[in-house]
Amino acid sequence: MSLTDTLTSRAAKAASVRRSTRSTRVGGGVLTLVVLILAVLPFAVFSSVTDSLVNLFILIALASMWNLLAGFAGLVSVGQQAYFGLGAYAVLVFAEQGVQAYLAIILAAITAAVFAVPTSWLAFRLRGDYFAIGTWVIAEVYRLVTTRIDRLGGASGKSLTTLSDIDPVTRGALNYWVALVVAVASVVACYLLLRSRLGLALMAVRDEETAANAVGINVPRAKRWVYLISAAGCGAAGGVLLVTSLSVNPNAVYSVQWSAYMIFIVVIGGIGYIEGPLLGAVIFFALQQALADYGTTYLILLGLCGIAVALFAPRGLWGMIADRTRISLFPVGYNLAAPAGSDEPSTGEDQTR
Amino acid sequence: MDWFNAVIQGLLLGGLYALFATGLSIMFGVMRVVNLAHGDLAVVASFLALSMVNATNAPLWVAVVITTPLFAVLGYLTQRILLQRSLRVGPMSTLVVTFGLSIVIQNVLLKIYSADTRTLGGGGFATGSFHLTNDIAIPYLSLATFVLAVVVIVAIQLFLSRTGLGRMLRASSDDPDTATLVGADSRHVYGIATAIAFGTVALAGIMMAMRSSFDPATGPSRLLFAFEAVVIGGLGSLWGTLLGGMVLGLTQSVGAQIDPALTILLGHLVFLAVLAFRPQGLLPGRTA
Repeated sequence: MSLTDTLTSRAAKAASVRRSTRSTRVGGGVLTLVVLILAVLPFAVFSSVTDSLVNLFILIALASMWNLLAGFAGLVSVGQQAYFGLGAYAVLVFAEQGVQAYLAIILAAITAAVFAVPTSWLAFRLRGDYFAIGTWVIAEVYRLVTTRIDRLGGASGKSLTTLSDIDPVTRGALNYWVALVVAVASVVACYLLLRSRLGLALMAVRDEETAANAVGINVPRAKRWVYLISAAGCGAAGGVLLVTSLSVNPNAVYSVQWSAYMIFIVVIGGIGYIEGPLLGAVIFFALQQALADYGTTYLILLGLCGIAVALFAPRGLWGMIADRTRISLFPVGYNLAAPAGSDEPSTGEDQTR
Repeated sequence: MDWFNAVIQGLLLGGLYALFATGLSIMFGVMRVVNLAHGDLAVVASFLALSMVNATNAPLWVAVVITTPLFAVLGYLTQRILLQRSLRVGPMSTLVVTFGLSIVIQNVLLKIYSADTRTLGGGGFATGSFHLTNDIAIPYLSLATFVLAVVVIVAIQLFLSRTGLGRMLRASSDDPDTATLVGADSRHVYGIATAIAFGTVALAGIMMAMRSSFDPATGPSRLLFAFEAVVIGGLGSLWGTLLGGMVLGLTQSVGAQIDPALTILLGHLVFLAVLAFRPQGLLPGRTA
C-alpha cells in the first residue's frame, strides 16, 4: 500500500467527504416529481397554460446557460442573443432542407457551437466590461448580416411551414414537451458539467485564476469550452422559439432584450448556483403574468429588482436561502461531514456554492 | 465629388460621436465603469429638451443651458448613491446596475412618451448650411457640433491638467488608495467625474436630437457607437476618443455612400477589425 493510499484511507476514516446532504436527496426527489408532473400536464390542463409555460422553459434554458457562462466561468456576456437567433434560423434552414423541425433543434445547438468557435477568438481578446459590450456588438453584426440574406427573409423574417401538417393540439403538446426537454437538459447539463473535471477547473479559475493557472489548469481552454456549450444551449432555446412561434424576425430574435432577461433572472435568482436561474425564471415569469395588463411595468420592476439585488444581495435570492438553510439541490462542491456515519454537515469547510 | 462630400460629412459626424463618447471615456478612465445606460441618458436629455421647448416655447439654447447642469447634478448623485456602492461590491455589480438603469429608463420613457418617433426642431440653424464649393455643403449644425466637441475636450483636458481637483481626479484614477492617503476624497472625485460625463451626455443628446429622430428604444444602439468610438480611439485618451469618433463617422458615412443598409454594419466591422488587430486602439494613452 502506497503512502498516498494510506493517507487517503486514514483521512476517509476521520471524516466523510460527500457532495449530497439529506436536503439534496429530498430536494432531488421533489424536483423529479415536479418534472414528472410537468411532463403529463398537456393531458390535464388547457393548452393556454402549457403554451405560456413554454416561455418559462425557454427562459430557464437561457438563464441556465448565462449562469454557466457568467457565474462559473466569469464571462459576462451581453451577446448570447446571437446564438439564440442563430438557433432559430438554423432550425428554419434545416427544416427547409427536409429535416424534421423538432429534430433540427439538435442540429441548431451544434450550429450555434460551431459559429461560437471563430466568435470566441475575437471576443476573448476582451476582458471584463469590454467583453460584455464586445459580445453585444458581435450579436448586432449577426443580426445585421442576417437581415442582408434574402434567402432567410431579410429584415422582415420568415415563417416555418413544415410543421403545418401536424394538427394544432398535437403540435401544442409536442412544442411543450420539446421545450421541457430543452429546459431540463440545460439544467442537467450544467449540473453534470460542473461536477466533472472541467467544472472543478472552472471553479478553481473563478476563485483564484492565478493559482488555478499555477496548478496546471488550461484557463483559456476551460473558458472556451463553457462558451461553446453555452452557445449550444442558447441555440437550442432559439430553435424551440421558432417551432413554437412558427416565424422568426431578426430584430426580435437578436434583440438585446434576451440578454436583459438572462442577466436579471440570474442575478435576482442567484448567480453561481444552479438553483439560481430556476428560481429567478419562476419569479420573472410570475411577475410577467401578474402584470400582463400593465404593459412594460414588469420590465421596470425587473430592472429595479436587479439593481437592488446587485447592490444589497450580490449572491441573489438563492444565495440568501442557501446561507440560512444550507439547502443545496444541485451540489457541485463537497461537504465535509464530521466523523463518518453522522449525517450532519459540519459548519467548517463547506464548499456547496 | 459625392465621395469627397461623404468624407467631409463623416468626419463632422465624428465630432458628434466624440462629444457623446467623452462621458463614457471619462467614466471608464477614472472608475473603470462602463456605463451601459449611457445611450439612454442621451435619449432622456433629448426628450427633456423636447418637453421644455414644447411646454414653454423657449428657444432651444435655454433647454441646453438648463439640461446640462441638471444632468451634471444628476450624475454626481447617481455616483454617490448608486455607483459608489456597486463599486465596492464588484465589477459585475456595476454592470448589472447600469444595465438595470438602462432598462428602467427605456421603459419609463416608453410609458411617458409612447413609442412614437420624435424629432427636435432646431430652426434654421439645424437645417441650414453654407456652400464650400458648388457640390459640398457644410451644415451649420454638424460644424457647430464638431467645434463644440473640440471645445469640450480641450476644456476637460485643461481642467485635468491645470486645476487641483483635476489633478486629484487623475491621481484617483491611477491609484485610489494612495490618492486617498494624500487627501483626495475619492468618492467626491468620482462624483465629479460622473457629473462631467452626464453633462456631456446631455449636450450630445440634444445635438443628436436635432440631427436625427429618436424614440425611447434608441439608447442601446447609441451606446454601441460611443463604445466603438472609445475603443477605436484607445482607452483612457480623450483625443483618442475624438479620433475614434471621426473614424467611426467616416466609416458610416462612406458605408452609406456604398449602400445605405451598410451604414451601421460597416462601423461595427471596423470596430471588430481594430479589436482583432490593434486592441489597444489607434491612440492609446492615459489621461483621465
